[in-house]
Amino acid sequence: MDLKGLYREIVNEHNLRPSHKGQMENPDLVLRGVNPSCGDDITLQLKIENGVIEDALFNGSGCAISQASVDMMADQVIGRSKEDAIKLAGTFMGMIKGDIKDEAQIEELDEAASLQDIAHMPARVKCAVLGWKTMQEMLEHPEKAENISTENA
Amino acid sequence: MARPEDFRGDFPILNKGDYIYFDNAATSQRPTAVIEAIKDFYENSNANPLRGLYDLSMDATERYENARSTVADFIGASSSEEIIFTRNTTESLNLVAYSYGMDNVNEGDEIVITIMEHHSNILPWQMVARAKKAKLVYLEIDEEGVISKEEYESKITDKAKIVSVGHVSNVFGVTNPVKEIAAYAHSKGATVIVDGAQAAPHIPVNVRDIDADFYAFSGHKLMAPMGIGVLYGKKEILENMNPFLTGGEMIEYVTREDATYAELPHKFEAGTVNAAGAVGLEAAIKYLKGVGFDFIREQEDKLTRRMMEGMKKLPYIKIYGSNDPEKHSGIVTFTMDGVHPHDISSVLNDDHVCIRAGHHCAQPLMQFIGAGSTARASVYFYNTEEEVDRFLKHLEGVRSVMGY
Repeated sequence: MDLKGLYREIVNEHNLRPSHKGQMENPDLVLRGVNPSCGDDITLQLKIENGVIEDALFNGSGCAISQASVDMMADQVIGRSKEDAIKLAGTFMGMIKGDIKDEAQIEELDEAASLQDIAHMPARVKCAVLGWKTMQEMLEHPEKAENISTENA
Repeated sequence: MARPEDFRGDFPILNKGDYIYFDNAATSQRPTAVIEAIKDFYENSNANPLRGLYDLSMDATERYENARSTVADFIGASSSEEIIFTRNTTESLNLVAYSYGMDNVNEGDEIVITIMEHHSNILPWQMVARAKKAKLVYLEIDEEGVISKEEYESKITDKAKIVSVGHVSNVFGVTNPVKEIAAYAHSKGATVIVDGAQAAPHIPVNVRDIDADFYAFSGHKLMAPMGIGVLYGKKEILENMNPFLTGGEMIEYVTREDATYAELPHKFEAGTVNAAGAVGLEAAIKYLKGVGFDFIREQEDKLTRRMMEGMKKLPYIKIYGSNDPEKHSGIVTFTMDGVHPHDISSVLNDDHVCIRAGHHCAQPLMQFIGAGSTARASVYFYNTEEEVDRFLKHLEGVRSVMGY
């Protein structure tokens, strides 16, 4: 799919009418993720009970791809265990970087798999992975939560 | 009366594909004359300059030094000894910061820059200020991007040791009153550095008229190859400075423990130099003179006016800087309601339009104007009105692609 098609058919809906954007009351983990070169700046908030992500919300601003990608991610990880979510993040980033091409594996990403063509748009890779990277960071290193994660981290 | 079409044939890349290249503030395109000059150097004069005692090396030396004279003449320097070849503006400014700033700025002194500086004229001074416990002072701007007389006269005080100002802003395109600022800064005893990266390609520069102590610019923004830049410095100041980099070809005599340095300008050009780059820069300056600053100015103003008028018809576009197209140096920085600049640039890329999006290496300015990032279209004399019209048509289509 070309970029305009990707915007029209997938990205715009999540960017203009996100389902998971807002401020969470009493989140268990909060981490800010920034792409300094682009100005994408999101704050991801997770509620976790018994090792399961009960809710995920994000705040902040950025390009349509970064915003849509994190919204789709929230759809996919709510209800999953922390371990599952980390694994899924690995799959997403592998897909975007072009390292994972196995269709069965990519299908696990459900709607987020529709961003696969970003792999051919190197300038936008950072935008697409920002939310996933931030989530992975905060789940693997909860001690960093409340800190700033950057693309260089 | 010249037209841009007269020159487009000179630029191989402009005749390939149907790209609209509107990122000239980042780097310009190169004419055949420059590409051929580099090729000719490597095919006919290639040897290590300034060293060999044989004809080929002497020829390479002569071509390298001729390029230096051409640059000196281009910016009105008193002599070619005042011209140091560097990689780019960034290296030129770092050279001044390390070799002049570190030795002349002391605790409690002030270094004055402006809020609209490129990171390359901010970070070296942050480094000096930190190391020397000096204070970094920012000149601020009004809504049109102008530094007022009151602003610089109130902030440049007797404490100022360095005043380093961009000649033309890479975001607003506004030309700063560098001559007036230099005169005032000198009256306070400060040394004046001018970052001319965005000025040298667009307006005639005379360093003696400005009375800059240092003037820096890059070749690649004025059609020369990447990797060749210039630092002008007043001879008496350069003579008293320590070298920036040390090593080959910048020495007079070396013993096991010590060394004496070469005369100007070679004291500041350690290692094998970018002679082909300098030769390319000379060809670019000659080409630029052939086009003429009058035509460059006229064409940039015409295109900028057309672009700004077209953008003003789109109510969701906000243009930054002056309302007067003639104060933009061909640079139009803008935002679009509801659409992030990166998305604008990506959508336009699908239409083969090249514009910049981001912070333009001027994050303090972005913070000052309250924009995380902006989009920037920048033209040069080889761009056409037809390209501006096509760009405007594609720009108008962006919001619908983004779901509005």
